[in-house]
Amino acid sequence: MVTPPSSPQPQPQPQPVDPDSEVTAAERTARRPLHLQPRLIVWVASGGVLGAAARIGVIHLSPAPAGFPLATFVVNVVGAFVLGLLLQGLSDAGPDEGRRRLARLWAGTGFCGAFTTYSSFAVDTDELLRAGQLGLALAYVAATLMLGAAATLAGVAAAGLRRRRSV
Amino acid sequence: MTELLAALAGGAGAAARFVVDGAFTAFVDRRGGSVLPWATTLINVTGSFALGVVVGLVTVGGAPSAVALILGTGFLGGYTTFSTASFETVRLARQGRWRAAGVHLVVMVSGTLLAAAAGLSLVVVF
Repeated sequence: MVTPPSSPQPQPQPQPVDPDSEVTAAERTARRPLHLQPRLIVWVASGGVLGAAARIGVIHLSPAPAGFPLATFVVNVVGAFVLGLLLQGLSDAGPDEGRRRLARLWAGTGFCGAFTTYSSFAVDTDELLRAGQLGLALAYVAATLMLGAAATLAGVAAAGLRRRRSV
Repeated sequence: MTELLAALAGGAGAAARFVVDGAFTAFVDRRGGSVLPWATTLINVTGSFALGVVVGLVTVGGAPSAVALILGTGFLGGYTTFSTASFETVRLARQGRWRAAGVHLVVMVSGTLLAAAAGLSLVVVF
């Protein structure tokens, strides 16, 4: 038994190019996902440079490391407040597009993201545990997580206060 | 000078986080998506492992302390983030997704602590 030859598949015809719908290279780039747009990557990096510089400044101002990692604790709690305020304020102001999106990427993803840090939090906690300072390690983790969450909530609430006053 | 390089490295770290976050979130979404923000967990766990390695190389391996400042405090400090992790936990809790908020928090803390310890141990062993 011979299988019948399959009916010929319709070949896709080349579409005529409509000059009015021609997409420029810049437009094609703008349609890419955000994380693949070189200008936005540089934009996030520029906010990150300032955020990292501010964190390094706080580390310099803090007393020399003696037990409790104060500098990392401070930047994480302060950064959590600022990000809560920023993201709630921006989402209250309107959809994530145009200048609001640029503000979110620069100040939120860039600055706050680089100002705060999780890797130092983890390594510092491990070093406290290695040094046998179990109580201090637990206190550090609990204080960072609880005050961090409280600071985020306070930032969100502060954005709400501003909204109500401006109505 | 080292501080300036560290700040610039922090910008590169933030850019790397932006790209990894977007790519991994797209990857998760293609597989049906998730309530949990796994990209931030991936970033913080990998960054904590890398910082464990860097700190180990400086304290045990005798690498110059500028390496810790530029790669550790700068790049990995900018790559990993606490503010977004905290915001995501609070957002899930405010949506009434208490279990997801708890899972996010516990996986993040235990994952980063284990990863940092693994990174440090790796240097001590070799």
